[in-house]
Amino acid sequence: MDFDLSEEQSILKDSLEKLLGDRYGFEERRRVLASPEGFSADMWARYAEMGLMALPFAEEDGGLAGTPVETGIVMEALGRALALEPYLATVVLGGGLLRFGGSTEQRAEFIPQVAGGELKLAFGHTERNSRYDLNHVETTATRDGDGWVLSGQKSVVTGGDSADHVFVTARTAGGARDEGGIGVFMVDAKADGLSRRGYANQDGQRAAEITLDKVRVPGERVIGEAEGGLPLVRRVADAAIAALCSEAIGVMEATHRLTVDYLKVRKQFGVPIGAFQVLQHKAVDMFVAMEQARSITLYATMMADSEDAGERARAMHAAKAEVGRAGRLVGETAIQLHGGVGMTMELAVGHYFKRMTMIDIAFGDHDHHLRALAAKGGLMAAA
Amino acid sequence: MDLRFTPEELAFRDEVRAFFRDHLPEDIRAKVVDGEHIDKADMVRWTRILHEKGWAVPHWPVEHGGTDWDPMRQYIFLEELQKTPAPSPLPFGVNMVGPVIYTFGSEAQKKRFLPRIANLDDWWCQGFSEPGAGSDLASLKTRAVRQGDHYIVNGQKTWTTLAQHADWIFCLVRTDPEAKKQEGISFLLIDMKTPGIEVRPIVTIDGGREINEVFLTDVKVPVENLVGEENKGWDYAKFLLGNERTNIARVGMSKQRIARIRELAAKEMSGGRPLIEDQRFMEKLTATEIELKALELTQLRVVAADAKRGNTGKPDPASSILKIKGSEIQQATTWLLMQVMGPHAAPFHADQLEGANEPPIEPDHAAHAAPAYFNMRKVSIYGGSNEIQKNIIAKAVLGL
Repeated sequence: MDFDLSEEQSILKDSLEKLLGDRYGFEERRRVLASPEGFSADMWARYAEMGLMALPFAEEDGGLAGTPVETGIVMEALGRALALEPYLATVVLGGGLLRFGGSTEQRAEFIPQVAGGELKLAFGHTERNSRYDLNHVETTATRDGDGWVLSGQKSVVTGGDSADHVFVTARTAGGARDEGGIGVFMVDAKADGLSRRGYANQDGQRAAEITLDKVRVPGERVIGEAEGGLPLVRRVADAAIAALCSEAIGVMEATHRLTVDYLKVRKQFGVPIGAFQVLQHKAVDMFVAMEQARSITLYATMMADSEDAGERARAMHAAKAEVGRAGRLVGETAIQLHGGVGMTMELAVGHYFKRMTMIDIAFGDHDHHLRALAAKGGLMAAA
Repeated sequence: MDLRFTPEELAFRDEVRAFFRDHLPEDIRAKVVDGEHIDKADMVRWTRILHEKGWAVPHWPVEHGGTDWDPMRQYIFLEELQKTPAPSPLPFGVNMVGPVIYTFGSEAQKKRFLPRIANLDDWWCQGFSEPGAGSDLASLKTRAVRQGDHYIVNGQKTWTTLAQHADWIFCLVRTDPEAKKQEGISFLLIDMKTPGIEVRPIVTIDGGREINEVFLTDVKVPVENLVGEENKGWDYAKFLLGNERTNIARVGMSKQRIARIRELAAKEMSGGRPLIEDQRFMEKLTATEIELKALELTQLRVVAADAKRGNTGKPDPASSILKIKGSEIQQATTWLLMQVMGPHAAPFHADQLEGANEPPIEPDHAAHAAPAYFNMRKVSIYGGSNEIQKNIIAKAVLGL
């Protein structure tokens, strides 16, 4: 058993942290946040230069053959910096769909462009009535010659406003909640009938509402089986959950560090408030929750590439539930320990809290995953 | 990064597992499964089986009867022991005074005491806490005055677990009342048969007779029973309390208890169906299982870090959370187990705590559900309460 990073992994971590430390301070981030795009094209190019976009792809597809450990390293660093670029949407989600579901031709056409940072992707799966259920798809796909015609609406599509292509799930057969009859379609964002309304989420990350009105998608842009796409969707969602948990660890770590630092400098009643035991114990509660979340995230990272869909899903349920619980405790306590100043936009801590909160409600919150895992008989049923 | 056991570690695990399966007497195993009291004879019998194999004190140096297992193997051994489930070795000798003696004791003390601890020839108990010295242990008042070749000891110890069986007690005593409170304390080994020692039981809320008060009145202790130097006892006590990191979280024990909860919840009915099909119950159980999985990984992080640095350096910051989270999960599992039994956890069996001939009112496993829940409230209190642990983390890890 070995918890250490390899030399290459350590270099990746150090160089990305240095890049973000040098160029992505709180003030710089504010400027990026206020820009019309809501993320930094300059940083995006630098990530590509570092090879981050190529990381998870196979070497024969033009990638660097990284494992979920490398993705975790990147996501944790992006979380610590509260980076706004659509890395998850492009590389983990869109890239994941190509990686796990793309044909040889599709991989050859698109992966080199993703790896080079030339292409941005997004994954539209959530609908108004789906909540967190990946099998709930009302958007329809109707066969039209050798292609398909898509109609429906996708909500809160992360990175959806800047994506060049949006992958969408659509129903090719069956009822709204059937497991079968779901296809994954790669839709050009400029396609006729696709309209999008971009906006910022609470944490500043960009998203879009996407409407599909009889959008024609050629047959060669179907990813995998047009009627059996759900296992692919689940697999990519699992990859996203592992990545989000890693990002959350970066967010929690920064939140905790800011809070402990503040306890040391803020004086009331003539002493640093960190001298008060009642506040010390709250800071320790944050620490304990964060370390537990880190441990379960390691577990999720190790399981993210598992071919056993059942075991993989259990691990992701466990991790996302635990990270959601820990993240809320860490975030809420951080604001409380900062007092009034924690309520202001001027301080980074509130922005971390907001990102953590948005992570919980992406791909299933604490309750969702706890309920799902319990319904499958719990975590230790198979052991 | 690779979170799988190596083939060698897996082979070791299988070896240990097979030994426990083949050599733990079934009657003792059944008692541990039901949370029944393990009496002295059972404990001695089991320790001697382990000792014969050379596994009674695996974490000790080889020269004193230990093994050369690395921290990961030590962890696997204890995890398998708890999962079997087998009784854990009596900690007072094996984990507490033994390491103090081989680290700070004289050659004569090592020769005299260590083999007898490993074979459980001597039953040890711990004389640290006093009525006025709990979390503030260094304020202890039991006094030892040097008179020629002896110390004369007067005072009172409390919460002394299983002192009723003990042959020896290791005590913190005040030898210099003038010094700063941590600096006037010595570490004495006292024969329980010495005149002037009286043991009185304290009955705990579960009805158990596990802990005692120990009164010491003009007890004559030969100076050769002083460990290390006079007035350095606090250092040895800190060593003793900080020593036990491997498996303080008791992950294996909690895993075994969860397996038991699942087994019983599949039989107990609720709303006309097995309790294990109840969504509310399953969500509570699942939440505890997730916490336990995370704790297991946290424990392994600490073990792996220890293995890497040869167990000499500063402990990994994560190690400090093991006691807090481990005790919370142990308590959560006993609570869940009591909930599984529902109303059948209610009857109180005074006689079952010491072993009885009367037929039980309820199934054996139901009889121990509530007492186990009550009893396990202790784990967040002893060994430095969880609040003291938080003080330690705030200071040592967070720098507050």
